[in-house]
Amino acid sequence: MALKMVKGSIDRMFDKNLQDLVRGIRNHKEDEAKFISACIDEIKHELKQDNIAVKANAVCKLTYLQMLGYDVSWAAFNIIEVMSSSKFTFKRIGYLAASQCFHEGTDVIMLTTNQIRKDLSSPNQYDTGVALTGLSCFVTPDLARDLANDIMTLMSHTKPYIRKKAVLIMYKVFLKYPESLRPAFPRLKEKLEDPDPGVQSAAVNVICELARRNPKNYLSLAPLFFKLMTSSTNNWVLIKIIKLFGALTPLEPRLGKKLIEPLTNLIHSTSAMSLLYECVNTVIAVLISLSSGMPNHSASIQLCVQKLRILIEDSDQNLKYLGLLAMSKILKTHPKSVQSHKDLILQCLDDKDESIRLRALDLLYGMVSKKNLMEIVKKLMIHVDKAEGTTYRDELLTKIIDICSQSNYQYITNFEWYISILVELTRLEGTRHGHLIASQMLDVAIRVKAIRSFAVSQMAMLLDNAHLLTGNTQRNGICEVLYAAAWICGEFSEHLEEPMQTLEAMLRPKVTTLPGHIQAVYVQNAVKLFATVLARQEGAGDRQAAQETTELLIEKLPQFVQSSDLEASCILQLIKYIQKLQAKEVSVSEEVSALFAGELNPVAPKAQKKVPIPDGLDLDSWINKPLREIESEDEKPRAVFQVEEPQHSRPRVPEIDEKELAKRREVRKQEQASNPFYIKSSPSPQKETANVDHIPVVQIDLTVPLKVPGMPMSEQYVKLEEDRRQKQKQDKKKDKKKKKEKEKKRGKGRRLDSAHTESEEDIAPAQSVDIMTEEMPENALPSDEDDKDPNDPYRALDIDLDKPMVDSDKLPVQTHRPTEGLKSPDPVAGVEEQDEKKSSKKIKKDKERKDKERKKSKEEKKKKKHRKSTPGEEEEGQVEKPAPAAAESKITALPTAPPTEDFDLDFWLSSAPVPSQSQPELVDPAPSSEPEEPKDEEEREESKSSKHKKQQHRKEKEEKSKKKKKKKHQDEGKAKSVQNGTLEEEEEPLPPMTNYSLLAENSDIKMVSTGQQGARMV
Amino acid sequence: MHFMLLFSRQGKLRLQKWFIAVGEREKKKIIREMTQSVLARQPKTCNFMDWKDLKIVYKRYASLYICCGMEDQDNELLTIEIMHRYVELLDAYFGNVCELDIIFNFEKAYFILDEFLMGGEVQETSKLSVSKCIEESDLMQEVSPGMKDTLLKVISFWQ
Repeated sequence: MALKMVKGSIDRMFDKNLQDLVRGIRNHKEDEAKFISACIDEIKHELKQDNIAVKANAVCKLTYLQMLGYDVSWAAFNIIEVMSSSKFTFKRIGYLAASQCFHEGTDVIMLTTNQIRKDLSSPNQYDTGVALTGLSCFVTPDLARDLANDIMTLMSHTKPYIRKKAVLIMYKVFLKYPESLRPAFPRLKEKLEDPDPGVQSAAVNVICELARRNPKNYLSLAPLFFKLMTSSTNNWVLIKIIKLFGALTPLEPRLGKKLIEPLTNLIHSTSAMSLLYECVNTVIAVLISLSSGMPNHSASIQLCVQKLRILIEDSDQNLKYLGLLAMSKILKTHPKSVQSHKDLILQCLDDKDESIRLRALDLLYGMVSKKNLMEIVKKLMIHVDKAEGTTYRDELLTKIIDICSQSNYQYITNFEWYISILVELTRLEGTRHGHLIASQMLDVAIRVKAIRSFAVSQMAMLLDNAHLLTGNTQRNGICEVLYAAAWICGEFSEHLEEPMQTLEAMLRPKVTTLPGHIQAVYVQNAVKLFATVLARQEGAGDRQAAQETTELLIEKLPQFVQSSDLEASCILQLIKYIQKLQAKEVSVSEEVSALFAGELNPVAPKAQKKVPIPDGLDLDSWINKPLREIESEDEKPRAVFQVEEPQHSRPRVPEIDEKELAKRREVRKQEQASNPFYIKSSPSPQKETANVDHIPVVQIDLTVPLKVPGMPMSEQYVKLEEDRRQKQKQDKKKDKKKKKEKEKKRGKGRRLDSAHTESEEDIAPAQSVDIMTEEMPENALPSDEDDKDPNDPYRALDIDLDKPMVDSDKLPVQTHRPTEGLKSPDPVAGVEEQDEKKSSKKIKKDKERKDKERKKSKEEKKKKKHRKSTPGEEEEGQVEKPAPAAAESKITALPTAPPTEDFDLDFWLSSAPVPSQSQPELVDPAPSSEPEEPKDEEEREESKSSKHKKQQHRKEKEEKSKKKKKKKHQDEGKAKSVQNGTLEEEEEPLPPMTNYSLLAENSDIKMVSTGQQGARMV
Repeated sequence: MHFMLLFSRQGKLRLQKWFIAVGEREKKKIIREMTQSVLARQPKTCNFMDWKDLKIVYKRYASLYICCGMEDQDNELLTIEIMHRYVELLDAYFGNVCELDIIFNFEKAYFILDEFLMGGEVQETSKLSVSKCIEESDLMQEVSPGMKDTLLKVISFWQ
């Protein structure tokens, strides 16, 4: 019996190892959940046993289940048990499980501190390694604080395997426990010059990550990284260094100048696409930082653009995408150089890959000019028609509007064309961007006075054909344009040729199916139209017609009374009153028009916020005591395009007299005040009729069949516009032939394609465009609010690293634990550690001595300088001020500290051939530091010259090597595919190393690192 | 790098590694969205996608997709290199790796990844070094009296 039980348990141990579990899951596809719950029960049973092997097996299975998405947090304690096994086999599994399952919320995690510390100090490097790897995944602030010192000690471990891991994990520790950054940083910096390339690359990685978030604290490391960059041959490391420089250059333009040359050399020489791409990106960043008044870098820009063009032309979609992406960065500062590649970018619009098309669209934004806008938009409109997915079509739509409306409609020469484009866009089905089109219509109509008449005619047409747009109001966002159409027709009704027809269109029964806020605008603007109609009819002395119009309104308005909006019922009463007056043969048109007197101007987006609240105005206090029942009145602010909550109808107003009208006007004003498109009526009731006369509307009406709905018309404008420009050009040629010739001569010097773009400035807009600027309250600036995220985890790492250490900058050390296992005899952070180093290597000793000497000499120099107190160096003033203990919490940005590094940087930067900015007093280096610096210089020279040689060599063999490479590549590919022939069942073989590859694969580039690595391997 | 996922063409997750702290629920959400959007991509399109504030880089190896989430400033091509290097490492370890290898030896796949990447950064750029580390630790695992040995003892005792 007992034997049977034992046998049973052994069977179970055999039954379910990980392989069996996986196999079981694969065999139970139908009832997977059931099978797994059975497995979990089994695992629970196994975890209760004392045998650690069984437990480890169970934990291993749990890890697999966790990956499949099952909750295994209940086993956290068992995982720790397995972690603490003395056998590496189980420890490894335990740490793996922990790294997959543990997170900051895991409560048992604090139990691991001592276990991890023990493992970190294990004599077996793989124990330490596995603990570090695990810790990197689940480190918490507590763990980081408790273990920071141990990990820092490991950074000077004798084995590079441990050093490397310890350096990398420090980044995670910094993030969780920012206080550790300052004490650990000196050692981290040391690791940049570690003899082991792996450790070096790890240190570069960590500092690069740190510097990307808070670049200004790492400027002082620039010389060191520069040296690394010019000497390193490992592309993985180079990419990181170059990325780091990309983050630093915006802060220090001088650095950028120094970088340009080595970077362009790299661009020329490298064959690894990832490195090339990184170089181009950093050169772009440099150029952006230099962009103000540095014309002689056009060669580098040209180089970048040229290389990017090669990328874009490549058949590899990835390179195409990245080329376009990088192009858009250049575009911001050097639009001219990108514009010359317009053809290529337009070509990318036809690419079958949507991501690439989107990137190309981004670029188009900067490609347009007055001259080609129509052409480009025409092309986009064709794409809109062709586009299959609605998301892409919507993207196109927004891009068209973005492109046209950019910098205050700068590139639009003919607004009639733009309006017709907008009208064409309304025919898109199912777009989400109806409101975008609507707001453009409103914006253009309001701000471009000259276009109003044309806009109104188009809008009237839209209203007339509203049924085309409102096929399905529920999901059709396009009906928003009716909002704009109604408003424009109402507001600028004096431009309407047949206001009566439009009025009728606005009062059709179908209107009631529109969303509430559109109905409201309909009603409101129907009254505006009504006012115009009345005025015209009474002006013509046709009282009969006027009364008929009133009757029409009275007849039609009640259909809106049921609506959620209050406007209708009020206006109905108003109209009834007007009818009474008309019955008495009183001329009312003037009175009604007066309701809508006043010009409405556009208002800056933030104007409302900037209006100061007058003194003594308390918006929260009641003006009158609240009544028993508070009715939410119509003063409630209303967002422009928001559907309002249904409100109960307001009780009928018994009588309307002149007072009431005035009151109503006031209410209206208030309501408009909350509407960004309305606000502010300045007392200028006269609308600019003079302007309207200039518009060649009549002329265009003849050529363009305006009244044919559903037919695209914008194309005609393209031709019209061309004719117009042709004519303009001819006129101008006659006038300014001489002048132009002069200009051309001058222009030739500037750019070769001047003849091509020469007419750019000459194109005059078709309409007299007076774009009104947006109104702002006095003294208010349209500045943006500082919207930095206070919860940014990287903010805490914004620590000045050049400050001298203070007492509080020590890592907590647990003293109650025996530290016998620790590799370094002295676990305390700071200067003492350096002593321990001395014993390790002779070379280091020498170096340190040198360092000290240098420091000394620098300090002397500082003092000298202090006496001089040059104005250029404010930091000097506060030099030896002992940092207060509280300084830590202050974490200031300014380099208040020992200027040794700053000075270094300045010297280093000024030694670059930039006479304009170098500071004279910094030119002569301190005597004792000389042996260091020139050596660096020499090294650099050497590397440079070698590079030059290489380059020459390359130039000679460029073609050859290219062919070779290709061949090699193919061969490699073949070899690989042969190797991997059986990879992944019958599927396609593993693709050859990517064609941009060659990271450290290029024999040219690798040389040194292979040597070192080889040495390490032995 | 924020995360690395391996999943099959059927959308089954084969490996997940998170280099930043993410809650379980959020993880599941991201995994679901990643598998869906990556699998929905047309062939012969570029390997990059924008997703929220992350850039997604993915690559297909036979029936297996590798998908990485990285930050905006990271180098896309470098990420592709990293993925490729990982596959090469797997290939070297398993000898013509296939999806089944990763399924049945998923812990090995994790160990290799851990030797190659750490905290989302490349830890070792040399293929040789990584392979050597893995071999050595595997050796340790074998030498130490593991479960197999225990069981063998039990068996012999039983017989």
